[in-house]
Amino acid sequence: MTLHQIIPGEDTKPAYNYAYLDEQTKRMIRRALLKAVAVPGYQVPFGSREMPLARGWGTGGIQITAAIIGPDDVLKVIDQGADDTTNAVSIRRFFERTADAKTSEATDEATIIQTRHRIPEAPLKAGQIMVYQVPQPEPLRKLEPRETETRKMHAWAEYGLMQVKLYENIARFGEVTTTYDYPVDVNGRYVMAPSPIPKFDNPKMHMSPSLQLFGAGREKRIYAVPPYTSVRSLDFEDHPFRIQSWNEPCGLCGATDSYLDEVITDDRGGRMFVCSDSHHCETRRADGHRGAMLADASALHLVDDKQAKDKVSKS
Amino acid sequence: MTQHVSPQDLGIDPDPLLSVTGVGRFYGERIGCADVSFDLWPGEVLGIVGESGSGKSTLLRCLAGIDAPDAGEVLFRGSGQPLDIYSVAEQDRRRLMRTAWGIVHQNPRDGLRMDVSAGGNVGERLMDRGDRHYGKIRERALDWLTRVEIAENRIDDRPRQFSGGMQQRLQIARVLVSEPKLVFMDEPTGGLDVSVQARLLDLLRVLVRDLGLAAIIVTHDLAVARLLTDRLMVMKDGRVVEQGLTDQVLDDPHHAYTQLLTSAVLSV
Repeated sequence: MTLHQIIPGEDTKPAYNYAYLDEQTKRMIRRALLKAVAVPGYQVPFGSREMPLARGWGTGGIQITAAIIGPDDVLKVIDQGADDTTNAVSIRRFFERTADAKTSEATDEATIIQTRHRIPEAPLKAGQIMVYQVPQPEPLRKLEPRETETRKMHAWAEYGLMQVKLYENIARFGEVTTTYDYPVDVNGRYVMAPSPIPKFDNPKMHMSPSLQLFGAGREKRIYAVPPYTSVRSLDFEDHPFRIQSWNEPCGLCGATDSYLDEVITDDRGGRMFVCSDSHHCETRRADGHRGAMLADASALHLVDDKQAKDKVSKS
Repeated sequence: MTQHVSPQDLGIDPDPLLSVTGVGRFYGERIGCADVSFDLWPGEVLGIVGESGSGKSTLLRCLAGIDAPDAGEVLFRGSGQPLDIYSVAEQDRRRLMRTAWGIVHQNPRDGLRMDVSAGGNVGERLMDRGDRHYGKIRERALDWLTRVEIAENRIDDRPRQFSGGMQQRLQIARVLVSEPKLVFMDEPTGGLDVSVQARLLDLLRVLVRDLGLAAIIVTHDLAVARLLTDRLMVMKDGRVVEQGLTDQVLDDPHHAYTQLLTSAVLSV
């Protein structure tokens, strides 16, 4: 049973409207979204609602998803790249119960992907919508605390200060050390905070065929990058933008081109690097890619190694 | 027989860089400053002196584009046509403030970013105007730090690690790096001890002469005015009571208040 449907035989109204938010709120959010798409990278204010979720846990993203989801949509939710973390599971279940949504962990099946911290490794397609949960939509906030001033700076594209931040990184550490929420220039006009995704994912936003929507619930801002829009990471001519790289492949699936998390495996200094995108890693393992530490991890029941099981059952 | 010499013959720009007519700013009934008019030519240094509360800083804020005056207009001739700085869009005024002129505040904290390194502070104006080459920005910053006598190895230190005099010199480097045509200084030597003041004044004099800057310097210190300025404006109760060449005003004061001011200077 879902919470928005009228219970047959009972003369009562459903507990919740479809997709939790009332229709007027959804219209308000859709209007903000249209404006955001029309002006790529511009932060549109919207009347953020209370959600049954703590501020900072993705209230902006969940409101955007509620405003755009329909019965035909397939929703994927990822948190730190993983489909099975608490927040991802809760948000998926929330829309299963309030919006009758079909959910999936498969990137290519999903029509809406709500995310925190990652863009899936598998390339996105036209027609898919990325919904980002954003804690701080204002890239200039740490440099300029006044909202009146940052609005003027955006209005007149006075972005020298953003460059000062990168200068400081290089002067102090020899390279730009900002690794997540790395500021980007959208469509050659607005400087935008790409939400706390690693800078590894920044190039995926450039000319992406998917629509990218950003929601900051606490800060009450929505912004967007329409499909096929240029997204350029800020840099210096003599210190060009670079993404992270690792010295070893994923321990489970052997991928060399994905974003890796470091996992501590014991208290004797043992560690492994694994794909942060759990679905990507599982898909590769199912395709027969095996990383150096897969057998060990499987023995500890940390992952499900189907091939190993098949061998055991055959023998 | 006097011979007429036109300014063009002397190679002097005949048009003033800044024309101020009838500028006034009022705080309700009270006068901040009223009916101030003057012209400033390229390369000229104008001093504004007067006691505390005489409207010097109010006037400077009006001239520098920080506070809009309630009366009068300020014309700036940066390139080509004179521009009324309060009738142009705020966007253009801000661009002028960042590039064509500079403001040196009395308190370095108002003019510097205290949590950004010295190099970043100096480089900010370069990055504002679109410079995107780290090496070149750093080179310029180093050059300017040297010119204001800050050791090269302090480039990555933050201003809070600097002494008051160094902060003030850093502020000057930050302003001058973008090669402004006009610099506003509000008590540039305020709060510094006498020996540091002397070195700062010496530095300012050299920089102003070398770069051919036009400058407006607000001060209550007549020694500063004598040393740095070509022309002097004496203010009292928000109005200009006397103006003329610095030596003339200081050595032969006409207005009673100026006489009082010059006679009040202690001579050790």
